[in-house]
Amino acid sequence: MQAVGKKNKLKENGIQFLFKYGAIALLIIIILYFSSISEAFLTYANFTDILRSISIVTLLALGVTFTLVVGGFDLSVGSTMSLSTVVTASLMVWYEMPLWLVIILPILVGVLVGVLNSFLIVVLGIPDLLATLSMMYIVAGFHRTYTEGYSIYNNMPLTAGGTAPGQLSEAFLWIGQGRMLGLPVPVWIMLGMVLIAYVVLHHTRWGRVLYMTGGNAEAATLSGVNIRKVKFAAYVISGIFASMAGILFTARVGSGQIDAGAPMLMEAVAAVFVGYSVLGAGKPNAIGTFFGAAVIGILLNGLTILNLPYYAFDIIKGAVLVSALAVTYVYAKKRFTQTG
Amino acid sequence: MANPFLSMNSIRKSFGNVKALEDAKFHLEKGEVHALLGVNGAGKSTLMKILSGVYEQDEGEILLDGKIVHLRSPKVAKEQGIYCVYQEVDTAIVPELSVAENIMLDTIATHNNLFISTSKLYKEASNALKQLQAENISVQQPAHKLTLAEKQLVLIARALVSSAKIIIFDEPTAPLSLHESAKLFSVIHQLKAQGVGCIFISHRLPEVFEISDRITVMRDGTLVDVFQTVDATAEDIIEAMLGTSLHQEQHTSNYPLGETLLDVKELSDGHKLNNLSFTVSEGEIVGIVGLVGAGKTELAKALFGLELLTSGSVKLSGKEVRAAHPKDAISAGMALIPEERRKEGLFVHESLQTNASFPNLRKFSNLLFMNKSAEKSFAKDIIKRLQIKTDNTETPLIHLSGGNQQKVVIGKWTSRDSILYLFDEPTKGVDIGAKADIFGLIRELAESGKGCLYFSSEIQEAIGISDRILVMYNGQIVKEFSRGDATQERILLYASGGKEE
Repeated sequence: MQAVGKKNKLKENGIQFLFKYGAIALLIIIILYFSSISEAFLTYANFTDILRSISIVTLLALGVTFTLVVGGFDLSVGSTMSLSTVVTASLMVWYEMPLWLVIILPILVGVLVGVLNSFLIVVLGIPDLLATLSMMYIVAGFHRTYTEGYSIYNNMPLTAGGTAPGQLSEAFLWIGQGRMLGLPVPVWIMLGMVLIAYVVLHHTRWGRVLYMTGGNAEAATLSGVNIRKVKFAAYVISGIFASMAGILFTARVGSGQIDAGAPMLMEAVAAVFVGYSVLGAGKPNAIGTFFGAAVIGILLNGLTILNLPYYAFDIIKGAVLVSALAVTYVYAKKRFTQTG
Repeated sequence: MANPFLSMNSIRKSFGNVKALEDAKFHLEKGEVHALLGVNGAGKSTLMKILSGVYEQDEGEILLDGKIVHLRSPKVAKEQGIYCVYQEVDTAIVPELSVAENIMLDTIATHNNLFISTSKLYKEASNALKQLQAENISVQQPAHKLTLAEKQLVLIARALVSSAKIIIFDEPTAPLSLHESAKLFSVIHQLKAQGVGCIFISHRLPEVFEISDRITVMRDGTLVDVFQTVDATAEDIIEAMLGTSLHQEQHTSNYPLGETLLDVKELSDGHKLNNLSFTVSEGEIVGIVGLVGAGKTELAKALFGLELLTSGSVKLSGKEVRAAHPKDAISAGMALIPEERRKEGLFVHESLQTNASFPNLRKFSNLLFMNKSAEKSFAKDIIKRLQIKTDNTETPLIHLSGGNQQKVVIGKWTSRDSILYLFDEPTKGVDIGAKADIFGLIRELAESGKGCLYFSSEIQEAIGISDRILVMYNGQIVKEFSRGDATQERILLYASGGKEE
């Protein structure tokens, strides 16, 4: 009897440990492994590279984090990012708009997608996964229709004849390619956004309301929270983050690639779920999301150094997501059965 | 008497340390309608779940037609001809399937042939409905189009096609109108004539007297008495249900009542609540007592802005309250301690501190930023005032006992200076010690001039705490007792739809 109890206890502690420190242990193992096989890995240059490469995914993932906090989900972030990418590029290349409009308008597009998502989910009551899945296709279709299937670049030929009048300006490209105080600008933007999201989620009244709405919508309602408004806000925030990711991507690559966001969805979702368990938070959180994006970024960077073919990366990303989900859900099941 | 058709003898069943059944007995004859009565927690539903194969008894035997049967699963019970018509008919109906398929569901599920003849299905289904004199229900329509009463008939028909010998009716009339109930009773008479044994569970005494041949009363998990219905009176039954030595001390603190705080006039929700009027004064505890399904929770939710009212007015401190959302009710000064504590009242995975500050986040934040030290000191304050057994404000509530959780639910409202507290079954799932603490808290609130509405189906507890008791039956207030006049017997009589002569 007692021996069995001890064994169970050990197993329980094991799960607890894996949940709390699993992601960090994984990160350390990855770093140790890659630095042992490649000298190029553990260098300042490579680490700023990694941080720059995860900056876009992190923004996307922060948006997903907000929707998960309120108990929803947003699959449309990848498409929203693609739309924002081509809108940003087109505003400069096709319409020669000033920089401030080039930043504001794509963000408004993101807001619009968020509003439509919340309309489907909050007003019509469509389950979040299905609503945002549909939205993902609609938005993807829109952005391809808008560009007639072409990417947008400086001096591109136009279907109406002639070449595009505008250019991606130097000031704009600085957002994606410049450096400041020893770090690339996108890294500063990412760190700033992670900090803002962290403060909002963990140190403000709004964050409290967001978490409680996701934790127990009924109890939140009975405490006087209008959960419809809260969910609405979360999807709009998600749209804003996705469009910021799009702007950043355009500035980084220097052109408006179509379907830029599609492959990023998976990475963003994986980042959030890896972040779930960082230090035993047990819920979506801003620091964890950043951390999750870093784990994936480092893994992919190391695999690139190892010359793993690019097309095999999805296997790795998928495996990371599945492992993070497994740890999260096994732990959640434990937590519920424990207390009946 | 010779061997009864069904006899359950010396049945024992425990859940963990809780004894649900202790030497319970039940006997049923063919063609008999046998009512099974008892207050909440008497063990009726556990006994019936054992009979229908949902639970297995720890000890005791079940004999059917003189032979011992082992009802290991609902499937085995059905094979023995034991069927149950649950109160929540929707849980047993597949809404997208046709009426015929729903009636034949058990047959289809156990069918050996891969293909099922639709015409045969329709024919057998309509035969079954004909036996119940319900030919007017078309067997081809999808089941979700049916009314509740019709769905019930579908379930009875399902039992009939499988040649049921025993049918358990678990509060079948609770969702039905008077007319529909009358129709159900004629169906039960039919079943009886065909030799089916019917077990009838109900909280409504007049119905029990109308339909049953015998009445078995259970209390505390055991059989108390079996009555021949023709010989029994409502008073006999109620005495048997309650036992005798149950009187507990009533509180006698007689502090003066203040002015009228809550004034409810002719309130209806067009659904359950029907023309309710009552008042609560400052410093008064008003008990609203009724059996399950009487409309207590609906009333609490309607006052708190969770259900729309079709007519009537609610005034709090003389001001009209039109609560379209709980936030309106809260800002008017109400607080609700909901019935389903874990589901509706708490964030169980969050800390005590986070839960306690939630109804009044503005008070615990500067501009937008949370003031965590203010939260912590408030949490410490309610731990001390409410004697919550924990030493850490960061502990997730899931680790606290039910009683301590309930104290948090009550305590969290005290930061708001609410003036009217609605307690919906606040002692449910709470141990005796914590119960006494919670009663103490409610009295303290009243003594400080707050108004309290105490919704409960635990009659004795309501008598103990309330200054005045309103009895609800079927969405209406049927009787008002002032303290001193209220006895458990009298309240139960009115709550079961009876009247004193």
